[in-house]
Amino acid sequence: MGMTITEKILAAHADKEKVEPGEIIEARIDLALANDITAPLSLEEFDKVGAKEVFDKEKVVFVLDHFTPNKDILSAENCKKIREFSKKYRITHFYEGGQCGIEHALLPEQGLVVPGDVVIGADSHTCTYGALGAFSTGMGSTDITYGMVTGRVWLKVPESIKFICTGKWPKWVTGKDLILHIIGMIGVDGALYAAMEFEGEAISALSMDSRFTIANMAIEAGGKNGIFKADEKTIAYMEGRSKRHSKIYESDPDANYREVYTIDVGTLGPKVACPSLPSNVKGAEELKEIAIDQVVIGSCTNGRMEDLEAAAEILKGQKVAPYVRCIIIPATPTIYGEAMKRGYFETFLDAGCIISPPTCGPCLGGHMGVLAKGERAIATTNRNFIGRMGHPESEVYLAGPAVAAASAIKGRIACPEEVV
Amino acid sequence: MKVRGKTWKFGDNIDTDIIIPARYLAHTDPKVLGEHCMEPIAPLFPKQVQKGDIIIGGLNFGCGSSREHAPIAIAALGISLVIAKSFARIFYRNAFNKGLALLEADLTGLVEEGEEIEVDLSSGIITCKKAEVTAKPIPAFMVELVNEGGLINYLKKKLED
Ligand code: SF4
Repeated sequence: MGMTITEKILAAHADKEKVEPGEIIEARIDLALANDITAPLSLEEFDKVGAKEVFDKEKVVFVLDHFTPNKDILSAENCKKIREFSKKYRITHFYEGGQCGIEHALLPEQGLVVPGDVVIGADSHTCTYGALGAFSTGMGSTDITYGMVTGRVWLKVPESIKFICTGKWPKWVTGKDLILHIIGMIGVDGALYAAMEFEGEAISALSMDSRFTIANMAIEAGGKNGIFKADEKTIAYMEGRSKRHSKIYESDPDANYREVYTIDVGTLGPKVACPSLPSNVKGAEELKEIAIDQVVIGSCTNGRMEDLEAAAEILKGQKVAPYVRCIIIPATPTIYGEAMKRGYFETFLDAGCIISPPTCGPCLGGHMGVLAKGERAIATTNRNFIGRMGHPESEVYLAGPAVAAASAIKGRIACPEEVV
Repeated sequence: MKVRGKTWKFGDNIDTDIIIPARYLAHTDPKVLGEHCMEPIAPLFPKQVQKGDIIIGGLNFGCGSSREHAPIAIAALGISLVIAKSFARIFYRNAFNKGLALLEADLTGLVEEGEEIEVDLSSGIITCKKAEVTAKPIPAFMVELVNEGGLINYLKKKLED
């Protein structure tokens, strides 16, 4: 019996010939990540165990992205703690201020993850880096402390589920629509504990940005990781980003899968996940009656260049509807600068949008766009749980950037074709 | 070890934004986190719950973010145990790492809210009014971790050796 890409990466990092689903292994890690919310707990534990140093100061990453620029005194104190720790232990990859972006957009962009890596992060969307052909998964702060000190992590080898994606992408349909469709199909626990592997001609045709979006939301189906084989596009993306050694793994033809799904992307339209679960998925065209108060285009799911490009294409020469706030959040400073250079800022400002500095902000109801009781938002983020963006009686609809931008213009959920 | 406690029933997919909303995540004090546990759907829960009480969940309990604040908030209220039909994987890890006990069993249709049940943690046998149910065994590695006193103690020992 052959092995899947996930099994191969884990076997290599556990110095084993072969691993099997269900087996518990201790693997070497290439990177341990924490943010301004999860790192404080990790550092408390670090002090408790009396560790003298981190296992490798090049391989520990702190990104202060959630409640920054600091929203209140408590969050400022937390950031201060992490900053002082980073200085003391000379952590190479400490990001804040003008260097800081949303962690899962920032790490790949800065070349911190390479194909074949094992990455753990105290953030559930750490699964994003699977787009590069790496094994990456989210866990809690205590696990990250263990990783920071020992350079290792205990893991249960997951079963794998394969999604073969065929067909041609219709205009305005992207990675977000595909992953929402999949979560709608299998449910928020449909891939519980499993690796979600994506392949097929439609995946080869897909941009890296869209692949990040798909891998990012694996956790929304309960998945342990999402993974893609690194191909020419991955190699082109990695060009000049990292000096670290990378390794491309590929699943064997006789590898074992818990389930195999085939999806023709040509049959998909723009998708929207209704409150309060990411699996509550409908076609955008069925929701044209739903009025909205706020639009958020950003996050680790859809705050990349391709997303801003789609939003700019739709918002060009248009106006955001009266009484609607449209908040655009480029995910990293590099994306911010590039969007500005391309003239998107002018488009957004002319349309009446707000441009936010890179931050998680409203995605988790932190700041920069929190909802009042009874308000409704459409967002390109990844979760629409009760109270996720603010008041427990506010609502979040999830969509891709094209639907979100079209909805900003109409003041209700809208399809891109209605406005361009 | 046996625990006895009053049950609090919650449904399927109780996510971490329900267990502890993100706006409280700048706090690390367990007491403060406990005060806001389940606030979006059961604001009175932290006031009414008593030490030793047991949470009963449905499918996919603890789905969502990796915030360890979630098991910390539950444990801070003195909840002795969470029994659910299934758990989201990060929550499962975090709970054991933090010393909050979890058992997998489907009690949603069997117990009534407020009913007292008895659970033998070592055998996984749950005794409620209507029936006796055996929970899915806890993986051997987790048992070892719990016996070591959680991941941090395990690490401490390792560093001392
Ligand atoms: S953008 Fe949202 S989902 Fe992504 S890391 Fe930030 S809070 Fe989490």
